[in-house]
Amino acid sequence: MASITIRGVKKNYAKTQVVHGVDLDFASGKFVVILGPSGCGKSTLLRMIAGLEEISDGTIAIDGTVVNKLEPRERGCAMVFQNYALYPHMSVAQNIGYSLKVAGIPSAERAQRVQAVARVLELEHLLDRKPMALSGGQRQRVAMGRAMIREPKVFLFDEPLSNLDAKLRVQMRSEIRKLHRRLSATSVFVTHDQVEAMTLADRLVVMNGGRVEQVGTPAEVYSRPASRFVATFVGAPAMNMLEGTVTLDGLSLLGDSRRLNVSRTGLPVGAKVAVGIRPEAVRMVAPGAPGALAATVDLIEELGAGRVIYVDLDGAPFSIVTSETVHPEPGSTVGLQFAETDLHFFSSETGGRLDVFKASVPEPAL
Amino acid sequence: MVERTPILNFFTHLILFAGFVFCVAPFVIVAIAASHNLKDVNDVPMSLLPGSDFWVNIKTAWTTADLGPKLLNSFIMAFGVAAGKVIVSALTAFSIVYFRYPGRTLIFWLIFITLMLPLEVRIVPTYAVVANVLEPYQTIMDLTGLSWLIEKISGVQVQLSLGLLNSYSGLILPLVATATGTFLYRQFFLTVPDELTEAARMDGAGALRFFVDILLPLSRNNMAALGTIMFLWAWNQYLWPLLITTDQSHAMAVTELKQLIPNVGGAPEWHIAMAGTLIVMLPPLIVVVLMQRWFVRGLIATEK
Repeated sequence: MASITIRGVKKNYAKTQVVHGVDLDFASGKFVVILGPSGCGKSTLLRMIAGLEEISDGTIAIDGTVVNKLEPRERGCAMVFQNYALYPHMSVAQNIGYSLKVAGIPSAERAQRVQAVARVLELEHLLDRKPMALSGGQRQRVAMGRAMIREPKVFLFDEPLSNLDAKLRVQMRSEIRKLHRRLSATSVFVTHDQVEAMTLADRLVVMNGGRVEQVGTPAEVYSRPASRFVATFVGAPAMNMLEGTVTLDGLSLLGDSRRLNVSRTGLPVGAKVAVGIRPEAVRMVAPGAPGALAATVDLIEELGAGRVIYVDLDGAPFSIVTSETVHPEPGSTVGLQFAETDLHFFSSETGGRLDVFKASVPEPAL
Repeated sequence: MVERTPILNFFTHLILFAGFVFCVAPFVIVAIAASHNLKDVNDVPMSLLPGSDFWVNIKTAWTTADLGPKLLNSFIMAFGVAAGKVIVSALTAFSIVYFRYPGRTLIFWLIFITLMLPLEVRIVPTYAVVANVLEPYQTIMDLTGLSWLIEKISGVQVQLSLGLLNSYSGLILPLVATATGTFLYRQFFLTVPDELTEAARMDGAGALRFFVDILLPLSRNNMAALGTIMFLWAWNQYLWPLLITTDQSHAMAVTELKQLIPNVGGAPEWHIAMAGTLIVMLPPLIVVVLMQRWFVRGLIATEK
């Protein structure tokens, strides 16, 4: 159990800066997921916590101790790698027990602890095998066992599930979650998969371009994205974004081709905004319905439980997720309707969230 | 692209077979010659049907050239050189691949360049060094006036001398450094995933621990391949052992073969010479046969 405090951390490689001053606090025992597209600096941040990368500027403290200058082994962290990084010439038992061997723990105790870990991970019958003879999921479990056996203060996961097939990924996801509940060690999990991030996280950190965009619970991040990037990155299909201008009586969208009547937004008239609406929040109505935006159906994706309908709104792509059994023909015209409380406003210049309706519309009671 | 048609298959096999005959024919002739008696071996043309004196000739060759101790000498030398090369080049490659220090690339290229300088090119200075290993230090001390100073103060004349002529160390040590081996290891180490190194660091293993526990076991195939090649190479050394060993107790099998070659005016005992050749060829052959599996793996592929 340990808290992690990150203050003004930067990372430079020669002349390029990949992490631009990150401040984060991870409370003890929490499962933190860092989510971001590839190249956003999330893995670099994790490796700086682990001690595998030097910290160019700022400090990282684990349990109040600044660890900048400490070797990985002195930080009390264990790491699960993307490619498992099992030692190919050692058996499963040797792989799991290697850190104890290095630490000089006698072999009797070592065997005992390896057994205990193997029992938790259901690896007991595989202890004599070599990694080559294991399936992807089993290798993943061995990698986790290798991290667990040291009883670390902090677990670090570097995209550990991205090499598994879809079904196994879901299974391992819940296993990791269960394991965390059982060990309750502080965990930092890096991923680019938003489903993984949403399902695993106590706290979600969204990163982009070497900066932290938002920190919050998965529900917060989903319902109140702090920036345009977060809004489009979290959620699938991605949130629809329409460029618009604030007018006296509402919004003009898509270069004035569409008008949308909304209550007072509190934004200055003429302000350029991006209006976001989740595909799940859109309802399909008859094209002529009052207040509905007319759009042409492009493509329908059947999902079984529902369907994604891609429509064309004057050249702007727009998607709708619906569970209703409607089957509009591609090429036909439909009307789109949504509640104005479902609209998200972002500044066109900075991409930051604009808080609107605050005075006029109360938060919906849950 | 792999094409498979019966005609093409036939021709590829034909070419393979021709190559095989080309390689094996000299050995077959040596073996046949070794089985003839003095008269038959000197027939022109020599009969290609094996004679009946094979074991007699082998025995004569063995006793005439006293091959027993010489094979042992050869084995010690070849094994020492191979083992030395395997160890030294693993260490150099480890340093070059895994440590960041100034001049790293320069050092690598310096080692690489020595690939182009075979022993024969540097044989005179190498001989001088082996004749007295401390000679360079003596020279430095003489030039700097250090030995003069010591003589003035203590009255002792400095005469550093450590000769390695006629010794196993003299035979082995100058041949131990190897650019080929360093290069082979380097290429292999570069294929070891970084994550493995990092996992070892997370597990708390230091550099030496990582080298011994992880890198060396992973390079088993490499070591076998390098060891085999270098054993053969060292076994077949002629010039260096000839120069460095003057007494019979350190003579090598390969150099001693010349004792079996008929002298001018002596009886043309080519059957004995051929029998001796066969004996001397045997140990490397055994090594290759035993090591073949690892040898091929180490040279063509890395373990997945």
